[in-house]
Amino acid sequence: MARVTTKARSLSTRADRKRVLITPEGVDLSVEIATYSQRATAFLLDLIFVTLAMVIIGIVCAFSLGITVGALGPDGGRLPGIITIIILLIGFFVLRNFYFIYFELGPRGATPGKRIAHIRVMAASGGALTAESVFARNAMRDLEVILPAVFLLVHPGGIDGLLSLLGTVWTGVFVLFPLFNRDRMRIGDLIGGTWVVVERLGGLKADLTQNADVLVDRHDLVFSAEQLAAYGVKELQLLETVLRRKNGSVMRDVAARIRNRIGWTPSALENDFEFLDAYYKALRGRLESEILFGRRQADKYDRAGVSGG
Amino acid sequence: MIEMILSSRKFREAREADWRRLESLLKRLEAKGPASLTDEELIAVPVLFRAAMSSLSTARETLLDQALLDYLEALCARAYFQVYGVRTSLGDQIFSFLRDTWPRSVRDLRWEICGSVFIFGLGAVIGYLLVRADPEWYFAFVPEVMAQGRDPSAAHEALKKIISHKENIDVLGLFATFLFTHNIQVSLTVFALGFALGAPTLLLTFNNGLPLGAMLEIYTRQGLGIDFVGWLFIHGTTEIFALCIASAAGFRLARALAFPGGATRLAALATAGRTTGAAMIGVLIMLVIAGLLEGIGRQVINDTGARFAIGSVFLVLWLSYFFLTPLRRLGEARGWRG
Repeated sequence: MARVTTKARSLSTRADRKRVLITPEGVDLSVEIATYSQRATAFLLDLIFVTLAMVIIGIVCAFSLGITVGALGPDGGRLPGIITIIILLIGFFVLRNFYFIYFELGPRGATPGKRIAHIRVMAASGGALTAESVFARNAMRDLEVILPAVFLLVHPGGIDGLLSLLGTVWTGVFVLFPLFNRDRMRIGDLIGGTWVVVERLGGLKADLTQNADVLVDRHDLVFSAEQLAAYGVKELQLLETVLRRKNGSVMRDVAARIRNRIGWTPSALENDFEFLDAYYKALRGRLESEILFGRRQADKYDRAGVSGG
Repeated sequence: MIEMILSSRKFREAREADWRRLESLLKRLEAKGPASLTDEELIAVPVLFRAAMSSLSTARETLLDQALLDYLEALCARAYFQVYGVRTSLGDQIFSFLRDTWPRSVRDLRWEICGSVFIFGLGAVIGYLLVRADPEWYFAFVPEVMAQGRDPSAAHEALKKIISHKENIDVLGLFATFLFTHNIQVSLTVFALGFALGAPTLLLTFNNGLPLGAMLEIYTRQGLGIDFVGWLFIHGTTEIFALCIASAAGFRLARALAFPGGATRLAALATAGRTTGAAMIGVLIMLVIAGLLEGIGRQVINDTGARFAIGSVFLVLWLSYFFLTPLRRLGEARGWRG
């Protein structure tokens, strides 16, 4: 039972993260706000990538400087030396400020770290992501990361120490901001008007009614109308999940419950998977054809003729 | 078992090829951008997108294959980002930024800019008056690195040397680079701190004015006031203007946060973010120009009159660009994209 409740809770938080977007075609699309762990992963990865890039630039510059000074002597190496430092300065500057902006303005709307974490940035309004909002959302990072880090790492004594403590508390508000709003926006998202959402790249799975795993379609397992009326759409979709996951003990459990409810006596020749598969197909056939006639049975309680009973 | 040929299976068989085609086009769009598609393929994307959307609406109403619904929803969301999330070409974006977005944002911030110029000026005046009253104040306002040996006890010649000496061109490039990266980092901080209700932005702006006034005072004392202003003016009109825009942008954020007016706080901040984001991109551009003027122009051009002339030309250019450019109406500039 405990497992069931935790599952229900995790499903409900997932529903909490769903946001609906109405497209100009009038169709509602749902997007899912990214989780904290996805965002933290993405940020750490990006931090590592930027640091690595800086280290590489640094090493390359140091080597080229060594070579030119070695070849031209300290005096002749002066100009190349200054050029190297300029490249270094500009390289660091560009990486620090434009790494995020460049990638978030691309067609994927995501930095390499975000891509790995399967998330992307979108305009909360649903429109195009503009350069201004991407710039604004990334300019705020100074406030959210660098400033709190400075306050945390620098500990002056005396009155300055007190000020620094207050500063830590104040900037701590900025760091923890995403924890206290429904859309998990950080301050940059607030200013940029952006959301970070889950990027869904799932492929099309085979239709279960054409399941290649079923060696023999058990046409001998025939259900009566009464037996098929026992469940609705909600149970059908749960059954679909069960059949796709194919966990032996879960299937045994579910098959036993269904058999019990519909009063089915298993023959010696049927296994649980075959039974569930046959029942799924038959149930879906009934529900889908009923939908064509304008009736959609939502779940097992929603039975025609017994409503209100 | 004739009813086993489900409506969902037929539905899927009839449309799957189109979904797959859209999926493969999206994959290429996401990886390499629109340039990697032929004209024909580009035209096909929105058509396939709308077909997929209609499949999704139908499927939601009539079908019960959850995996299919999930797939279609994910596919449509991906396509949506490519169809409605993609902007015009980079060239068009840069043009419309320069033509419209930048001056509009600065014009929008005019009162905040007046405020930050006032605060900066106040800092300078107070710095000047305090050092006049007691030269010891100088050391409180001007850090040693910045002073380069210029302090109240410095001789006339030493002071003059710093504002009029020539450097080798290679060192100048370095100096210019350092200056603009440093200034941009400072202005970004000033902007971001606006979110902390503007108080730190105010302090930083005021603090930037203090050393200016302090240094002006010691130069004036030696009769070099005009030369010092010229030394500062050549790039200062651009640089200080840019810093004032940055702090104005910070104040705008603070205002949206504290007094969102009729809008919700969220909406007010997002609107402020768009305006200030554009203004800040502009600040970046201005600071690069200021860095070049300071690092190279100022060291090469030694004549105070010429320095004043260049600084004034830039000031007039900026002001007329920001406040006199005729802007397009908002609808015209944004088109249907928003």
